[in-house]
Amino acid sequence: MLRAEGLWHAFGAVVALDDVSFRLAPGQTLAVFGPNGAGKTTLLKVLAGLIRPQRGRAVVDGGRRAIGWIGHQSHLYGHLTVRENLLFWGAVYGVPAARRAARAAEVLARLGLAGRADQPVWALSRGLEQRAAIARTLMHDPQVLLLDEPFTGLDLAAAAEFRALLAQLAGAGRIVVLATHNVDEGVELATDVAFQHRGRFVHFAPRAGRGAAEIAAAYRRAVRDG
Amino acid sequence: MAEWLRQAWTVARKDLVLEFRTRTALLSAVVFTALVLTIFNFGRDPTAVSALDLAPSILWVTFAFAAMLGLNRAFQLELENHALEGLLVSPLPRVSLYWGKLLANLVFVAVVEAVGLPLFVLFFDVPMGRALAPLVGVLALASVGFVTVGTLFSAMAIRTRFAELMLPVLLLPFFVPPLVLAVLATAKLLAARPLSESFGYLKLLAAYDILFLTVASLLFRHTVDE
Repeated sequence: MLRAEGLWHAFGAVVALDDVSFRLAPGQTLAVFGPNGAGKTTLLKVLAGLIRPQRGRAVVDGGRRAIGWIGHQSHLYGHLTVRENLLFWGAVYGVPAARRAARAAEVLARLGLAGRADQPVWALSRGLEQRAAIARTLMHDPQVLLLDEPFTGLDLAAAAEFRALLAQLAGAGRIVVLATHNVDEGVELATDVAFQHRGRFVHFAPRAGRGAAEIAAAYRRAVRDG
Repeated sequence: MAEWLRQAWTVARKDLVLEFRTRTALLSAVVFTALVLTIFNFGRDPTAVSALDLAPSILWVTFAFAAMLGLNRAFQLELENHALEGLLVSPLPRVSLYWGKLLANLVFVAVVEAVGLPLFVLFFDVPMGRALAPLVGVLALASVGFVTVGTLFSAMAIRTRFAELMLPVLLLPFFVPPLVLAVLATAKLLAARPLSESFGYLKLLAAYDILFLTVASLLFRHTVDE
């Protein structure tokens, strides 16, 4: 379970989160759409425990160990190989030493990186580095995935594969929160949709079969009126 | 081994692998040490002040500044791809992060001192003999003092705009006590005074280390958490 209760946070005069509340159960995927500066990244950072909100609270069952986080950067060390990075992050997240190498191999294969496992991260292209970042996030098999613009840098095929992987993870009971400014990305994955504007959720509802065009129209209306 | 200490070793090992793979900071610190000792060797007037009188101060000023080069890089490693953000989202105990950095910094300083000490003996022609073993003890205690405080301030400085300038400004006042004690103890040892005359300085160095290890371990989380 993931609960956000009355989250409020400001950076000086700029309100990044304005009374945001919602609750997600296992298997739910929330897509948060919003223009640049709407407060999506702040929301994810609060959910991940990186920022303590000035009001309200965020609760993730299982705590930090349950969270998988993809931010704007890969969090990978350039002079370690992809495999070394995964082993390091696996250790940090408490993946048992006996399981770590096998888990890394599994995740690398899943992300199509088996052939790149022993390359240093600095030698990877932007898209491959993003795939490695996703692999890093999946290393400890998180129950809650917090994804900030996760499709950045991925080519069409890799993005489609990642969407399929996310659908599979959600189907297996993971909670996914996906923030993006691009309505076309991730709509079909979402069970719930939120539009964030100037820190506020101006719309929060189940997707209920709505397609990308319908969501995009609702988004434009909500942002205009919000 | 306690879990927090195992996690600290994971961080330290990663830092050491990165350092020995790139060798940027280590080479700089070693070359810096050699250059400073060389300059002092040729820059002093041997007829005015004897080498033995000058040697302890020169040794410790050189090692203190060389340590600072290493301390500067401790958290810079985590700026690459915002790895620090990933560590702060993870369940890694903050105390493990601190001790991991501390251990890696200690190894770094020890390597620099291992190269610097023979050069010091060579340039200043100091009678090492029976002083070597206790001098290694002084080196160990003073280095722990430098690194304990330095690791804490390195974490604080890294989020400022001019981290490389800020760190020495923050750190030098805290370096004074171990520096003075180490100089006094070294002077006694090189003058072949009885070991008992240095015990008081060694005890004070040990007390400084214990005090700041405790304080820094407790305060560290406040320097990295928002």
